[in-house]
Order: sequence, then structure tokens, then C-alpha cells
Amino acid sequence: MSKKTIIPIGPYHPLQEEPELFKLYCDGEIVKDIKWETGYNHRSIEKLSESKTYDQVFFLVERICGICSTSHPFAFANAVEEIGNIEITDRAKYIRSIIGELERIHSHLLWVGLAGHFLGYNTVFMWAWKYREPVLDLFEMITGNRNSYAMFKVGGVRRDIENVKISIIRKTLSDIRKKTDLLAGAVMDDPVIHARTKGVGILTRQDVIDYAAVGPTARASGVAIDVRKDDPYAAYPLVNWKVITAQAGDVFAKAEVRLLEMYESISIIEQCLNGLEKVKEGEITVKVKEIPEGIGTGRAEAPRGEVFHFVVSDGSNSPARHKIRAPSYVNIATFKKSCIGQTIADATISLAAVDPCYCCTERMAVAYDINSGKRIMNANELIDCSIMRTAEMKKNLINN
Amino acid sequence: MGFKDYCFKKSLWVFHFGGASCNNCDIEILDCLTPRHDLERFGILLVGSIRHADVLLVNGSINTRDKDRLLEIYNQAPKPILVVAIGACGCTGGIFAESITFAGPVDKIIPVNAYIPGCPPKPEAIIAGIVKLVNKS
Amino acid sequence: MQGARYKTKERGTRNEKRETRNIDTMVIIEKLKENFSSDILEIVTKNEKRIIVTIKPDSIINIAEYLYKTAGLRFIIASALHTKKGFEIHYHFSMDSTGLVLNIHVILDKENPQIESLSNMFNASNWIEREMHELFGINFLNHPNQEKLISDGNWAEGVYPYRKEFK
Repeated sequence: MSKKTIIPIGPYHPLQEEPELFKLYCDGEIVKDIKWETGYNHRSIEKLSESKTYDQVFFLVERICGICSTSHPFAFANAVEEIGNIEITDRAKYIRSIIGELERIHSHLLWVGLAGHFLGYNTVFMWAWKYREPVLDLFEMITGNRNSYAMFKVGGVRRDIENVKISIIRKTLSDIRKKTDLLAGAVMDDPVIHARTKGVGILTRQDVIDYAAVGPTARASGVAIDVRKDDPYAAYPLVNWKVITAQAGDVFAKAEVRLLEMYESISIIEQCLNGLEKVKEGEITVKVKEIPEGIGTGRAEAPRGEVFHFVVSDGSNSPARHKIRAPSYVNIATFKKSCIGQTIADATISLAAVDPCYCCTERMAVAYDINSGKRIMNANELIDCSIMRTAEMKKNLINN
Repeated sequence: MGFKDYCFKKSLWVFHFGGASCNNCDIEILDCLTPRHDLERFGILLVGSIRHADVLLVNGSINTRDKDRLLEIYNQAPKPILVVAIGACGCTGGIFAESITFAGPVDKIIPVNAYIPGCPPKPEAIIAGIVKLVNKS
Repeated sequence: MQGARYKTKERGTRNEKRETRNIDTMVIIEKLKENFSSDILEIVTKNEKRIIVTIKPDSIINIAEYLYKTAGLRFIIASALHTKKGFEIHYHFSMDSTGLVLNIHVILDKENPQIESLSNMFNASNWIEREMHELFGINFLNHPNQEKLISDGNWAEGVYPYRKEFK
């Protein structure tokens, strides 16, 4: 066996915005092993949470991850409400679901854009991010901020969606649906994207069960798990929608699941808006006196999969222990299955297909500081490698 | 105005260092470059290596593990370089300032030229900050 | 624009009929009682979707194997906590067909906390066991690779930041 080359991706690397170090052990062009080093993003949020009151923890868990900044408060609210046996009003349920689904749309659009970028389709990147802006505008209108919405609290939500805003939201949603059609058509019918993503980074059903992967990563491999259906919370049992699955388990299937989920999200929001019109304006919170002693588990389906919060209360006004499991924590481990045996050019898109989120995982760029003597490939070259491969395929397709 | 200062007037190339952040600032930085704000019109380009950069954008609280990497990146940067601390965490540590792994806000580790507060700062705020910085130098 | 409308109806979606499993919530508790009667210390049923089963630490492998392999439950995560009783671990298992979260609860020794690792059975517990080792100093026996995950450079070895001081 020849000497293995180590290709580090990260810690500071334009492929991912966040710090993380992957070491790809390669033989020739084939990835033989992958090792992962973490800790660059550790903020010990679980420890910080023990020093905050229940109301303050929401602002903390919101900042676990900027993209999932609804899912973590969602799961935490579910957990605390389970301890206190609190039943929230219908209006609060609808508002929570609307915010959660809007977040899913913006997160999936973001992912489609980044995936396009890794494949060398910067047009897809720019389009998807452009179509994402109206969603952020909706957030700004509803909550006052583009990210980190501060909408949740124990016993309800902080702000109402007044009925006058509903028509604006409806209009934006119908625009987004058209744009999604466009994007889905452009991505799904492109022969080069098919060639680059089909059969790449395959995760079998057994791998998913072994690594306990969740969210679109699992659903793309035919494992139909979705907390919104399995353990319904908020307004999800009140509306009608489907769980999207695909069977292939490759990068294409993951993209397909995400794109189709956006349609479901739009439909859920529209039904929630209908529900919102039927209930009285302003009834968004119930009064919460104290959180009794006990333990609570809260789950919520983030754009990337199941978020799990485990809260132990000792009867005081702050949690005694707060365990957070973000979806990427289990999904990232599946790289070991999906990347090995791939070529280096395919490794980047396989990594990206999971939609990894390191800030979630830890709650907690360039390869310049690796010991000399090893061949070093920097980050840009790696993306270039991927881009070149797309260009080559394009050429071949045209020639044929 | 010296030659180097003159160079900072046009086509700033930025390198983005995300510390232990929540990703919001990272996304908003990327958002500045995408069609709605499109900073590339002015030649502002996100580069993959600090050796090509004129501006170092740092966001997120810096934990003890990141600290050495940040220093190393700063040392590798071609001087003069403008350092911009983005977001509440970059400026002060924000909500993570009490964390056990917190190693100090960015200005305790490397000199900072501009602070852009906000959690996260809007793209408009980031652009305004950069414009202010360019006008100052 | 020429983007063809992407047809959602033709693509694969989950059957509206749920996947039926033979085991439902109450059956699994009965089975656990039946098979592991000597290992189970306490069963607390909060409601039909949240059940906490306290077991003896020695039997974790057998019970986890039963839940994972026979009953087909998914391992979500494990949460460690430091209380006056010692170190406690909640292993959270999820039954996705019914929405059940089954907490397998063990209490470990104060002085020398250690328990068998589950990572040889499924990979999902690999990282969390490493993390618990770093944060609480709980030792996982027969773990395939109990090296540092997040602490490297952040805090020194032998320092367990999540431990508490009790008087």
C-alpha cells in the first residue's frame, strides 16, 4: 500500500463558514479514512444554561445555532412545558409552527445555494440566496430581527402575528412557491447535477440506523422519521401534510428531500395562517407561575433533523441540568460511511450533503499548519477540484 | 495618503474567521456578497487564504482553542491589515462571555480597527461599518 | 423563465398508512419487566410517551441490546448529570412509530464512575461517550476510541468542568 496523503479541510476553511477540521486520508485520489477534530466552536452552553433563568435560557439556546434559531427554543419550550404541564393557546401553537416552518424554508434555500456553490454552480448559489431574502424580510416584519427571533417563551410566544400581516405573508409565500418551482426545476433537471450527485455519498438504510442519523439525511435513505409526525407538538397535528422520503440515500436524494420539503412547509404555513384567522387575536401566552421539580424531554424537528433537549429541574428558577442534542451531532458522524471510497472531488459535496452545522454540534481554511513533508492541498484547490470535475462532465455531455 | 492607504480605497479582499460563533454573523457576512447587497460590485471579495486578504473579519466569541489559531492567522496576514470584529460576541463576548472556555473578546488578542455590534448585525450595518473604516484610513 | 414546474405528486412520499410495528409502548415495558426483572429497579411512567426505567448499571449492555436489536428503538443521546446520589446517566431511546422516549436511567458510583460502553453495538453513542468522559470524567469500559473530542486546547486533562461541588 502506498503512503497515504493527508488532506486537511479546515479548521478555517471557505468550504464551511464554521471552524472544524477534517483530515482526509487519501490513497491516490480515493479517500481511505476520515478523521475529525473538533472543539473549535465549544462554548459550554450546557454549563452556561445552568446559570440562567428559564426566561433567559431561550436567548442562550437561540444562539446555539443561527440557522436553527427557532428549533432549539422550540425543543426547550417543549421540555419545560412538559415539566410544568403547561398547555399553550391555539394561537401560540400556530405562531410557533409558522416560525418553525419559515425557518425550514430559509435553511433549505441556504443549503441549496451552498450545495450549488460546492458543485461549481455559483448561479444556483446566488439565486437561492436571493430567494431567501423575502423569507428573512418576513421574519423581520414578524419578529423584528432577521435571525435570532426571540419569539419563544415558556407558556407561549412573545409577539403576536396580527391578522393584518397575514395577507402579506400569503403573498410572499406564493412568490416563494414560484421561486421554488424554478429552483427545483433548474436543479432537478440538470444532467450535470445528476451526474455529479447521483450515486455519490451513499448512505444505506442500515448505516442510518447504526449512526442514528435524523432529518433529511435519514429520510433520503428511506427511514421515515420526523418528530413533527411521530411525536406531534405545536400546531403540526392540526394541519395536513406529508413526510417526504427518498430511497437512494445519495446526495441527489438529500437535495430532493429538502426541495420537496419546502413545498410542504409552505403548505403548512398556509394552513396555519387559516387557523390563525379563526382564533382570537392577542391570546398568545398563558401565565406560568413556577416550574416544579422534575425532568422533561423536548423534541423538535429542525431543518436538519431532530433537536433533543433534556431538562432537569430542581424546583428553582434555573435548570439543574440541560442537555442539548443537535441533529448534526449524529449526522456528521455518518461522513465516515459516506465519504470513504469516494474521490476527493466528491468528498466536498458528500460533506455538504448532510448540511453540517458545527455550532450546533459542539454547543459547545487552509492547510498551512500541518507538519512539513506532507502534501498539502488548500481549500480553494479542493473546491476548484470539485468545480473542475463539473466542468469536465459538462464538456463530456456536450460532446456526446 | 501613503501608497498602502491608497490601496485600501479600492477592491478590499476580505478573509473571514469564524470563532466559536453561532453562525448568524457568518451567514450575514455571506449575505452581503449575495445579490441583494452584492458587495462584489465594489470589488469586495471573500478570499480563501489570509495571505491574499486586506481585511480580516472576526466574528464569534474566541475560545481557548481558537485563540492560538487566530494569532497565527493574524501573524500570517500581509501587513497592514484591517481587523473588524463583527457581532456582539466579537466585540465583547456577548452571551458567551461567562463561558468556561472563553479566551477574551477579539481586541484582547489582536488589535481591532473597527467594531460592528449587533446580534447579528444586519448586512446594512456590516456594510456601513466597512465604509466607515475605509473612509477613516 | 423556462424552469419546468417540478411535480411533487409523482415523487416518493411516505405512505399515509403508518408502518406498523408489533411492539407498542405498553408491550415493550411488559417485555422489559419480563426479561430483565432482576435488573430493573424502578419504572416511572409520566405519560404514555415518556417513561423512565431505572436499571442496575451492570445490565446496560443487555437492555440496550434488547432495545436496539429486538425492539428496533433508535438511540437518541445520553445525558449525564452530577447529583448528590453520584453520577447519573439517562440513555434516551426513541420509538419513532409511537413517539415514545424511553429513558434508561443508571446511577454510577461517586468515586469511580464507570460503565460499559455501547459503542461496540452502534456507532451513535461513540461521540457522546467521549464527551461525557471529558465533561464528567465517567469512564467507559471497552470503548473503541476514548480520546479527546472537544477538550483539546480548551481545558486540561483531568479537569472535569461539569462536575459540581456538594457539601
